[in-house]
Amino acid sequence: MFSNLRTIWSVFLHMFRKRVTVQYPEQRVPLPPRSRGRIILSRDPDGGERCVACYLCAVVCPVDCIALQATEDPAGRRYPEFFRINFSRCIFCGFCEEACPTYAIQLTPDFEMSEYHRRNMVYEKEDLLIDGPGKYPGYNFWRVSGVSIGGKDKGAAEREAAPVDLRSLLP
Amino acid sequence: MKFLLPLANIFGILIVALSLAAFLIWFERRMLALWQDRYGPNRVGPFGLGQVLADMIKIFFKEDWIPPFADKWVFILAPAIIMATVLMSFSVLPIVPGVVISQLNVGLLFVLAMSSFGVYSVVLAGWSSDNKYALLGALRGSAQMLSYEVFMGLSLMGVVIQAGSFNLGDIVQAQRGLWFVVPQFLGFVLFLIAGIAETRRLPFDLPEAESEIVAGYHSEYSGMKFGMFFVGEYLGVILISSLITVFFFGGWLGPVLPPIVWFFVKVFGLISFFVLLRASLPRPRFDQLMSCGWKLMLPLALANLLVTGAVVLYFGR
Repeated sequence: MFSNLRTIWSVFLHMFRKRVTVQYPEQRVPLPPRSRGRIILSRDPDGGERCVACYLCAVVCPVDCIALQATEDPAGRRYPEFFRINFSRCIFCGFCEEACPTYAIQLTPDFEMSEYHRRNMVYEKEDLLIDGPGKYPGYNFWRVSGVSIGGKDKGAAEREAAPVDLRSLLP
Repeated sequence: MKFLLPLANIFGILIVALSLAAFLIWFERRMLALWQDRYGPNRVGPFGLGQVLADMIKIFFKEDWIPPFADKWVFILAPAIIMATVLMSFSVLPIVPGVVISQLNVGLLFVLAMSSFGVYSVVLAGWSSDNKYALLGALRGSAQMLSYEVFMGLSLMGVVIQAGSFNLGDIVQAQRGLWFVVPQFLGFVLFLIAGIAETRRLPFDLPEAESEIVAGYHSEYSGMKFGMFFVGEYLGVILISSLITVFFFGGWLGPVLPPIVWFFVKVFGLISFFVLLRASLPRPRFDQLMSCGWKLMLPLALANLLVTGAVVLYFGR
């Protein structure tokens, strides 16, 4: 009986506590930069697309919400012809970001993406592609990889030795 | 002109009681939130008061569905009974001198009789729904209300002995010197507990315990019929709070402020306490509820009655 009265009293004292509610549209929850919201495609510091259309994100996606088609430009750089994310399917698991070998696909803290029409939830490449490098400034896949493209031969990448001339090793 | 004043009283009390019941939907949600470190509904209109209107519009436009397996007429009758009986009790309630529908000489007995009638609503609702959970809820409701009715009446007999009248207005007048909550503190506690059980509010909401039997006796109800149970419950809360005010806290009596303000201040204090109980106490097991009613509350009420009777007999009133 006494414990009941004490319970009532302590609940009554909660009246003077601070509210825990965040009054959402006016107040916002401070989201950490690595929280997983809307997906973007980033560019490298030189302004080129980072995505090399390797399909790893589409493969790893558990809900199959990513669709893309690889193609090549005249310089030999692979890039996606189209890149489509259906956000009405996306579960924001972040697997695509983990799978991406070039830091191209990234999740941002933005989560306010409600739409009145379902078809507006399908984002095309122009909706996804941003102008900056996102969370990884200074990283350029093509500059560190050994793939030769127009304007950069084998051995021209950063910290890459010149290719060994096999013939010169002959006895 | 002679019948105009009673008519004004009837409609005034009816409208005030019903709109207060609607207002309580908002009030309870805000108060519960207050005690749970939240805000509650605060978006619609000033302080979220528009929520009352929004809830009412919503419940009026909801589909009112009668299940095909239900006993149709009884099913319709049940929610009407609870509203009618609770509203009938308001007719003997003295709010301020002059504002009372009927100065019944046996007003207290009338109130007790009407609150007993409320059991029919629960039983008929559960019976006509043809649903095992509804029936279980109705069984629990009838058992609980019958056993708590017993000492509900007995706990008030001390007040009656001290006031020397069954008339609610006279009972208030008898508290001019001292509110009955002081000499009749045990009676007050017993009546409060019985009142909570009568209105089927939390700690004693076993007839509609969500975690065990869906929604109890009104599981099958929807739309405005469910709304009637809902409003009936809130009317019951207002009624029990008003009765406690009248029996133990001196009704409209109080210094400085006008009587009507005193009445509503007391009633709202008690309603807030009802909500506080809901926010803080878990519901007991059913056998605990029954044994508490019969083995603890009833003997206490009888002892209270005997001691009050003996004291009044020995010392005079």
